[in-house]
Formats: sequence, C-alpha cells, structure tokens
Amino acid sequence: MSEKDKKDPNRRDFIITATATVGAVGAGAAVWPLIDQMNPDASVKALASTEVDVSNIQPGQSITVLWRGKPVFIKRRTNEEIEKARSVDLKELKHPEKDEERAKNPEWLVMLGICTHLGCVPLGDKGDYNGWFCPCHGSHYDTSGRIRKGPAPTNLEVPKYEFVNSNTIKIG
Amino acid sequence: MSEHQYEPKSKIGKWFNDRLPMLTLADHLRSYPTPKNLNYWWTFGGILTFCLITQIITGVILGMHYIAHAELAFESVEHIMRDVNYGWLIRYVHANGASMFFLAVYIHIFRALYYGSYKAPREVIWIIGMIIYFLMMMTAFMGYVLPWGQMSFWGATVITNLFSAIPFFGESITNWLWGGFAVDNPTLTRFFSLHYLLPFLIFGLVILHIWALHVPGNNNPIGIDIKKPSNDTVPFHPYIVIKDLFALLIFLIIFAFFVFYSPNILGHADNYIEANPLVTPAHIVPEWYLLPFYAILRSVPDKLFGVIAMFLAIFVLVILPWLDTSKVRSAIFRPLYKQFYWFLVADVLILGYMGAMPAEGTYLLIARVATIYYFTHFLIILPLLGRKEKTIAVPLSITDPILGGMSNQSMTRNNQKFKD
Repeated sequence: MSEKDKKDPNRRDFIITATATVGAVGAGAAVWPLIDQMNPDASVKALASTEVDVSNIQPGQSITVLWRGKPVFIKRRTNEEIEKARSVDLKELKHPEKDEERAKNPEWLVMLGICTHLGCVPLGDKGDYNGWFCPCHGSHYDTSGRIRKGPAPTNLEVPKYEFVNSNTIKIG
Repeated sequence: MSEHQYEPKSKIGKWFNDRLPMLTLADHLRSYPTPKNLNYWWTFGGILTFCLITQIITGVILGMHYIAHAELAFESVEHIMRDVNYGWLIRYVHANGASMFFLAVYIHIFRALYYGSYKAPREVIWIIGMIIYFLMMMTAFMGYVLPWGQMSFWGATVITNLFSAIPFFGESITNWLWGGFAVDNPTLTRFFSLHYLLPFLIFGLVILHIWALHVPGNNNPIGIDIKKPSNDTVPFHPYIVIKDLFALLIFLIIFAFFVFYSPNILGHADNYIEANPLVTPAHIVPEWYLLPFYAILRSVPDKLFGVIAMFLAIFVLVILPWLDTSKVRSAIFRPLYKQFYWFLVADVLILGYMGAMPAEGTYLLIARVATIYYFTHFLIILPLLGRKEKTIAVPLSITDPILGGMSNQSMTRNNQKFKD
C-alpha cells in the first residue's frame, strides 16, 4: 500500500460518516411529524381547563365533573370528615401526605376520581375508612382520598385548581 | 431466484435461515445481477415503491383523525389541517403523494413502452403492472371522494354513473354501488373502507411484480437477453441501490416543492366547499392523472360506447404484449417505432389537455381525433409495424459494441465470431 492509499480511506470514512449523519438527521426530521401527530392536538389542549359552579353543593355532598376526559371529585366535607382526615398519624399512611396539603380550603376536597392502581373510578362514601372504595381491586381511601388499604400505590391525585370566586372552581 | 447457494456466517443466522430462508432472500436481492447499462428511467421502480409506502404510512395516519361520515368528513379534514400536530403536512404529503405516484407510474409505463419491457418473457410482469395501475386509479378516485367537498361528491356521482350505461342492470348496479338512490353517507363509508384496503392489495401485487421480474431479470436499454451474472451485469447492491437513491433524492426535491410551495395547485378550489347534493360546480374535472381516459369517455357521443371506449383504452394496454408483433424490444433499434412512440406520447398529452377543457367545439374535435389515433396506435400500427419495419441490427451483448470498438454493428458481430 502506498502512502496515498493509506490516506484515502480516511477521507472516504469522513464522507460516509458525514452522509450517514445528514441522512439520519433528515430521516429523524421526517419521522417526527409522523409520531407527533398522535400527541394531544391544539383543539384538545384548548380544553385543558374547566370551570365548575359549586354553589349548590351542601356539606357532605360530592359531585363528579369531567376535566380533560377524566372524572374529578369535588367533595364538600363535613366537620366530622375533616376532623377524621386531619387526626390521622402520618406514620400509618402508605403514601404520607398531610390533609392540610391536599385540601387548602379544608371544606373542599378536589381530586381526580381515578384509582391509582389501574384507573377505575372509586365509589364515594364507601370502604373501611368511609372515604372512597374502588370496586375493581378493592382499594380503600380515607376522607382525604389517601390510600389506606388495598393494591393502589398512591393517594388519589389532586389536580391543579383554584377558586376563581367563592362559588367557582377552575380546574387545570 | 439466483443459482448460488447462500450460507449465513453466524450460527443463529444459519439456525433461523434453515427455518425461514429470509437471509437467503435478502442475499438474493442484494447480489441480484442487473444489467450494467440501466439508465435513470429504470430508477422509477424504486421511486414507486417509496411512493406506495409513503401513501400507506400517511394514509394510516390520516385514518386516525379522519371521520368517514357525510356530516363530519369535511369538518374532520379541516380539523386535520388546523388542529392535528403536523396534520397539514401529512395530508399535503398524502394528497400530492398521489399525484407524484401517478407521475412516477406514467414515466415507468412509458419507459416500458420505449424499451419494449412488456415483451416475452416479461408479459406477466406487465399484466401485473397494469392491474396495479388500474387499482391505483380506483384507489385514487375513492380517496378523492373522502374529503367530501364539492369535487369529491360530484366526481363520485359522475364516475359511479358510468355504470348506469350498462343496459338493463344499470340502475340497480348504481344503486348497489351507492347503497341508496344517490351518492350519500353509505357511499362514503364504503369508499373509505375500500380506499384503506386496496393499497394493501397493491402492495401484494408489487411483491408479485418484483418476483416475476426476478425470474427473467431486468430488461435493459438495448433490450437484449443477457447472461446473468456475466460481464454485462453488476450486483444490485451497491450499484443500483446508490443510483436509485440518488434518483429518489431528485424526485423528493420535486415532491417537496409541491408539498411546501404549491400544495393545492394539483387540486381544485371547489373541493374546499362542502359537498352539496343540490348544486353541481360549473366545471367539473377529474384529477390530472385520469384526464386522458376522461377525454376518451367524452369524445364518444354515445353513453354506453363512451364507457366501453374508456375501459378498452386500458384493456389494449393489458394485451399489448400480443399486439406488438416485433421481436426487437428496444426502440433504439426500431427507427419507425421510435417515431410512433413519440406520437403516442404527444397523443396522450393532448388527450390529457382536452380532458381538462370543456367538451365542445374544437376541443371536442381534437379529442376525437386523438382518441381514434390512440386506438390506431395499439390496434393497427403496432401489429403491422412488427411485420413491416426494418430494424437495426442488435448487438450481441452490452459490452460488445464498446469492447469491439466498432460503431458498425456487422463489424462488431464479425469481431465476435473472430474472438470465438
């Protein structure tokens, strides 16, 4: 092999690597739209928040509303229920969270009505802790929506929400 | 299939290949001996495969967002264009992709006509190709109906009404096609179903098309039988792969120009008006790739015979291997055929243009002459030409005229004898 022949493969390697790189970037750019089209689109994102009128809910009552296609429980708790939720020792909990953190306004508990086990909708005022009970695989939640017994790994999720005024909650 | 035996190097490769010889198939495709003189007109097979796969991928995606219902279809297409992430891009690629597909298929067909690729022993490849072409037209037509715009609706009405020309059963056949007494929701949903199905049939036929091609091997610009593998062949990879990829790149630039700079130029503005069964647009025309056949349909003054003429125009292509009686394949060695070939190209282009013009006056007259010439070419000129034409002597191999170093064919032939 002459001196020149030894150099040439390096130059060729460079060209092949450069071509393959440009090709890979191009292929990636072409494939991305084909993947991204399955993500939530603009019209879905436009529905990302829901406002709910809660003026008719009496203490002890609960309503279920739809937010982004998912059920959200809005519960107006009685003093007894609040008391029960706040007196629990955090050490007893599988997923320790203070009720004060979950319900900023103690009277109102807002959370996703989706069992953290496999996504069923739990039933209200049921179960060993008089909170929620999931009929699918038997998860028991307390009056703060925290998991106490059963296969679910975490507490019912609290979505981002705020009181627009004393009668209206904006979820999302 | 090629003669040589392939043995995978790795143990697991051998284990798998003994059970499903896919590696043998891959090796066959990779090392397949191809004529070394294939020009760029031979790259359209690869381009067409790319087009089909692009249409299937973008089509499956559009099917995720499209709603096949007379009340919702038009809106769902607008939803794709406005809301779905990159929906505009995917739809424009699909819509212009259909045009690009036909552009490539017409070049592919006319390449076969020029170099006599349809002649023995390649008749079956040709016929499968014609079936693919026919299915492509059906698929494209039904796809055009799906956005449920004015052109969709009235295009569907006109084309399905072709079948009403059939004596006695015409009306019951059109009612059967429509699922009602006019084009309506049942028509739309069945068109959607079939539009989704046919490309996969085409895909299967493409595999048969390539399989049938790999029995005799590629035709080539000088149209002679070659030994494979031999001095006259090169392996498919990398020689043809690189050439095909380069041609595809150029093709993609043209494709991208349409998608990004004039995505609607090949469509009709009327299709952005929602279908209205009470009003027909003033001037209704099919997509450009169907225009020559549309011109033939309209140039016959009788309803039934117009429809027959249109289907015959496709059928003469199917039986072409038996209409062309010349034993010489390539037009390079057929001085008269070469001229008639270009007359035919011009004739089809004229028919296409007349199909887009109103069917009246001079336009109609020209369309009629062009229609008569179209059939004359296939039914009279080609059969006679094979018997009468004096062809130029064909070289014995691809390398022969070059290595022989003689431009004079007879000298080359003597040279060959001398070498033997």
